[in-house]
Amino acid sequence: MTLDEISIIAVYSAMAVYAIAFIAYAIDLARRSAASAQATDAAAAGIAENADLGDASGREPVLQGAAASAPAATAGSADGTPSSTPPAGRGAGRRGAGAGAAPSVDYGRSPSLRVAVAMTVIAWALHLAATVLRGIAASRVPWANMYEFALTGTLVITTVFLVVLLIAKTDLRFLGTFVTGLVLVLLGVATVNFYVSVVPLPPALQSVWLVIHVFVATSAVGFFALGFALSVVQLMQSRRESIAATADSVKKSFLATLPDSTALENLAYRVNIVGFILWTFTLMAGAIWAEKAWGRYWGWDTKEVWTFIIWVVYAGYIHARATRGWRGSRSAWLAIIGFSAVLFNFTVVNLFFKGLHAYSGL
Amino acid sequence: MRPADYDDGTAAAGPVGPGASVTAPRLGPVEWLRFAWRQLTSMRTALLLLLLLAIAAVPGSLVPQRSSDPNGVVQYFADNPDLAPVLDSFQMFDVYTSVWFSAIYLLLFVSLIGCIIPRTKHHLEALRARPPKTPARLSRLSAYTERELADAGPAGGDAEAAIASAAAALGKAGYRVERYDQRGAPSVSAERGYLRETGNLVFHTALVGVLVAVAIGGGFGFSGQRVIVEGQSFVNTLAAYDSFNPGRFFDDGRLTPYRLTLDELDAVYETENTDALGQPIDFTAHVTIDGPDGANERDVKVNEPLYEYGTDVYLLGNGYAPTITVRDPDGEVVFTDSVPFLPQTANLTSIGVVKVPDGLSEQIGLVGFFYPTQDVLSTGAYTSTYPDLVYPVLTLNVYSGDLGIDDGTPRSVYQLDTSGMEQLTGGQTGVDSVELMPGESTELPNGLGTVEFESASPDAASDDFSQSVARFASFDVHHDPSQVWVLVFALLILGGLLLSLFVPRRRVWVKAVTRPDGRVVLEYAGLARGDDPGLERAVEEFADRHAGPVSSRAEAASGPENPST
Ligand code: HEM
Repeated sequence: MTLDEISIIAVYSAMAVYAIAFIAYAIDLARRSAASAQATDAAAAGIAENADLGDASGREPVLQGAAASAPAATAGSADGTPSSTPPAGRGAGRRGAGAGAAPSVDYGRSPSLRVAVAMTVIAWALHLAATVLRGIAASRVPWANMYEFALTGTLVITTVFLVVLLIAKTDLRFLGTFVTGLVLVLLGVATVNFYVSVVPLPPALQSVWLVIHVFVATSAVGFFALGFALSVVQLMQSRRESIAATADSVKKSFLATLPDSTALENLAYRVNIVGFILWTFTLMAGAIWAEKAWGRYWGWDTKEVWTFIIWVVYAGYIHARATRGWRGSRSAWLAIIGFSAVLFNFTVVNLFFKGLHAYSGL
Repeated sequence: MRPADYDDGTAAAGPVGPGASVTAPRLGPVEWLRFAWRQLTSMRTALLLLLLLAIAAVPGSLVPQRSSDPNGVVQYFADNPDLAPVLDSFQMFDVYTSVWFSAIYLLLFVSLIGCIIPRTKHHLEALRARPPKTPARLSRLSAYTERELADAGPAGGDAEAAIASAAAALGKAGYRVERYDQRGAPSVSAERGYLRETGNLVFHTALVGVLVAVAIGGGFGFSGQRVIVEGQSFVNTLAAYDSFNPGRFFDDGRLTPYRLTLDELDAVYETENTDALGQPIDFTAHVTIDGPDGANERDVKVNEPLYEYGTDVYLLGNGYAPTITVRDPDGEVVFTDSVPFLPQTANLTSIGVVKVPDGLSEQIGLVGFFYPTQDVLSTGAYTSTYPDLVYPVLTLNVYSGDLGIDDGTPRSVYQLDTSGMEQLTGGQTGVDSVELMPGESTELPNGLGTVEFESASPDAASDDFSQSVARFASFDVHHDPSQVWVLVFALLILGGLLLSLFVPRRRVWVKAVTRPDGRVVLEYAGLARGDDPGLERAVEEFADRHAGPVSSRAEAASGPENPST
């Protein structure tokens, strides 16, 4: 058995474990929905009880939150006791407005979530092994054609996710459904449609810039993917916040257990700006490489065009975050468009557009 | 000064008052100009133009561009004869130099400059200004903590001393500090992170720098192309280039006339990996550069250009240049040259043209195919199955008549205009095409003479063709003085970006307040300007360092309430 064959077996094993992780994350989301439904019902019961006692101002936290527009706690808990964060400061006020409109629910520990994370780590280890073996089999970095970009890119996405889980103060494990789902789909498509056997590097790719440029680009994609997921959840959350006061059913959603939309927006921003800086570097490193390989640093080749478009869209996203009227949901849409362009660039542009970057290996 | 509609997230939520620009009732011309300028330099306009720029860049990736893919444009016109002229009238084949694309980015940069200048002025003032007065009620700020002076170990003592030590500590931590004492409440106001705004300004200014460097610097450069066959050389002068594109301000007196000789072109192809047989592994052009500094042997590779005498030499292509000799019926040589054949396929099936204007009874043109490793397809057509010289075959179709070059019209050396010519071999003529291997020669039809495919290695064994045909390399020679500037500005962009996105800009205040009950409390508060995830922790940590951790008493007062379900 060649190293490449072992690598493929590792990829398939990783995919199987990712699938288990995905299911566990999904179960966790379902349990979150159930928990919020329970909390909503409990709160409703509480109100009824309080109403019976003729005391509406007592223990009726959840719905109080729902009605109040005054700055409230960052995170109300299941029984509605406001947390202790002082509702002071403008930032908190803004955040409070969201939380006030749509109460959040304390969700506690979730065994399925812990299983899911453990499975993600195992899948990641298999994935890493697969990628390293592919690199050894080819005696070069494992990112020189579509299959390898996908292999390494998805590995970076998982890595970024796990690292962010480690360092972020907010619990972001709920993103696992998205991350493992995306990785699973991309790996599946890559192994089925993009697989090519190990072949030597064409002269145009024999450069240190292959190592630097492509790796930084893939890392940027890892961050953008996470930022995308956060922005999507942010939009869902802010939709819930804006209608929660009227529609009771929306409260019975897993979203109630997640951070509020402003917290999600801030998280998305932090992840996306890391991606943006890496992308800026990608663009510059690409230009330097193009200068070495083709004798000009910028020539509006299709791949260059799309790299530029993505860069400008994310610059727009950063601006939108600093523009009155564009903070919040509108800027989130730009992050989503940005990541869609990233995916487009990797798939459609690589496969169907003509240009100098004909390195898909297909 | 940020644009009026700048929002760093610290502004009060809720309805924002109408901008001054909207309210002015009656506007004179000056006011109109001012109004327009304010609109142009607003964040919203910048955002809009950025998004427009992204959208405007898209078509250039959908339709071939003259700048990067001229042949693609020709093909597009041939494939879409109706649509192409319409697209052309919208400059769709020159998107990145088009009026509309230029308009967007020029407006964007005007807006950018209009944005940078006032902000730079403001920032320079801010750099010299004192940190702002301590707000009256620090507890209203988002990042706030307090410590009892009585419990404060290291900072214990009197209020004055505690504030003095806080000021010293903040100063050491890189804050600019200012003491303010209000109604018996000593306080220190501190600010840090001016680098954030500096970075932002450097970033935006460097964007302008890149644009200017590209626009102006590019004008002083040139790019030229030249094909050289092994053993031949070229001198870096205007006339020696096959094609030459000078910048607007280029002065050809600045070319250093060095001589570049292609000694040998090494092409290595994969021979073992069955999945990649014939895939190129390496191209190296061994050259000799002979100039004012003497003769030096150098290598040029793909990805490894040569920098010599202010020019960059790139190896952009290579192929075979069969040596073809034509003789008249008396055996006199009327043409001999190594003719570059342009590769058409991965296995280097190549096309070339020979024009023999003089010396024969008629002008003749030869259109040839060269197959480095010839094989026959089931259709009977020839093909090459490997890019190296294993079984090289040259086929030639002969045309006679008017080559169309006598009137001085420039003609491509790679194309034969057969409109004034008669085909003598191949096609429907019934005469077989000329077919030669290295070292062979044959009669031309109609007794015109003979043609020979000369071997470049006449002494090799009869089945060793590996050196039998010379190779050529096509070089691009560039000079672009703006490159260095673009790189410098690019690095400034990156540096500015890092500073402006990661340096937290914050204000911190420490105040010693005497409460009504007589306790003296040290208040610590922070205010972020822009995204600052670490603010609360930073204030907390500073308080811990300065006055020790929160006492158990304070903990009980402000600790999280326990859910009592
Ligand atoms: C060529 C066009 C432009 C590009 C590519 C661009 C890009 C960026 C980027 C990447 C950032 C984030 C990094 C940083 O904070 O330094 C940024 C921030 C900023 N830009 Fe621009 N910009 C452009 C034009 C403008 C214009 C015309 C204005 C003024 C109207 C402007 C005002 C700002 C402001 C105020 C920020 C700070 C945002 C914040 O605090 O988060 N930019 N820009």
